[in-house]
Amino acid sequence: MGKLGEIISRNQERIRTDWSNDMAKSVQRADLISKVELEEQTRTLLNAIAQGVSSGQTDDVTGSAWNSAREHLQDISSSRARQGFTPSETATFVLSLKHPLFMTIRQELAKNQEEMFETIWTANTLLDKLALLTTEFYMTTREELISRQQQELLELSTPVVKLWDGILALPIIGTLDSARTQVVMEELLQTVVATNSKFAIIDITGVPTVDTLVAQHLLKTITAARLMGAECIISGVRPQIAQTIVHLGINLEDVITKAKLSDAFALALQRSGRGVFRLSTGAANGSGAAATARRED
Amino acid sequence: MERIPILRMGPFLLITIQVDMHDKLAMQLQDDVTERISDWGSAGVLIDISSLEIVDSFIGRMLANIAAMSRVLGAETVVVGMQPAVAITLVELGMSLPGVRTALNVESGMELLNTSLGRPQSGTFHDSNEA
Repeated sequence: MGKLGEIISRNQERIRTDWSNDMAKSVQRADLISKVELEEQTRTLLNAIAQGVSSGQTDDVTGSAWNSAREHLQDISSSRARQGFTPSETATFVLSLKHPLFMTIRQELAKNQEEMFETIWTANTLLDKLALLTTEFYMTTREELISRQQQELLELSTPVVKLWDGILALPIIGTLDSARTQVVMEELLQTVVATNSKFAIIDITGVPTVDTLVAQHLLKTITAARLMGAECIISGVRPQIAQTIVHLGINLEDVITKAKLSDAFALALQRSGRGVFRLSTGAANGSGAAATARRED
Repeated sequence: MERIPILRMGPFLLITIQVDMHDKLAMQLQDDVTERISDWGSAGVLIDISSLEIVDSFIGRMLANIAAMSRVLGAETVVVGMQPAVAITLVELGMSLPGVRTALNVESGMELLNTSLGRPQSGTFHDSNEA
């Protein structure tokens, strides 16, 4: 074991140069990372590896002696995951250290075959473990990225808008799954309380398909709103969706459904004792008439 | 003995639930409500649960029961001020309380009772918009 540490520390600069040269030939993505940056990464990582090897714990990279190597690897692979490197490119970064390291070991231990094999084997398993660790860090970063984007999408996709005093609209875009229904429901109910609204219009124009599950989620939301004392109207039911609902035998009889958001809004206005009327021509003489006149020019 | 107060507001009863409900309290409330309705001839029961934050199937059933009992005695029941979390929980428990009427707050609950009884909106409830 001691041999490997000795060899690395004695030939560190040469191994590093060979390593970055090797990489320049294979996986250096000049479009994503600069040469200076790469050299810096190889230097710090090789230092950390030398430090780990000199501790003697070459068969366990989870130990405390490898803390700094693990930290560097994590930095490198998470930054590469964000920069758009592929997983193999990221793993090859560590694996390409094998060639220069093995060559050095061969030169140093040329006289003793047995010892050379042992040392190369140790170095090989060690680098494999480090490469696996790199891939693991890479995946973790990617997963974090995906879950954050999912969260952002969820937040973006549930706007509750106030159409009038006491009338809310909730335009749903995209498929309703359980997680989204939960968010939509909470958002709607909280806004109902905050704005003291008696009517909520759920517009499903942007929902591509309505199956039994989506219908069940919609009904849940409507029931919860009713329990709080708000009435829900579904709008934006497209002809195909109306057919699907009937074919699937979904019971929407207790729910008010309308084809257009405007129809639902008109109903909500009517139920709250309001209405929309065209102003008489005399009253509209001001800006309205002027605008019409201009359009006719 | 702990009990939930029942207030008389003209022809209606106002019940505000502010403590954790347990079996005994619920049975007591059912007894009291039915008693009062028949004593005072009340036409409506308003249950305010706006300060209720934890709900289970037991409370859900209790609300449905009180509504059903009141209806038998000829009084309308309106549950008002349910919190979003409570509503979601009840729906997840499969309790949609089909026989119970609901309103956002005490004010709109009163309005609902008044209109359903065909009364003019005056007396106990004062609408500032129509003053």
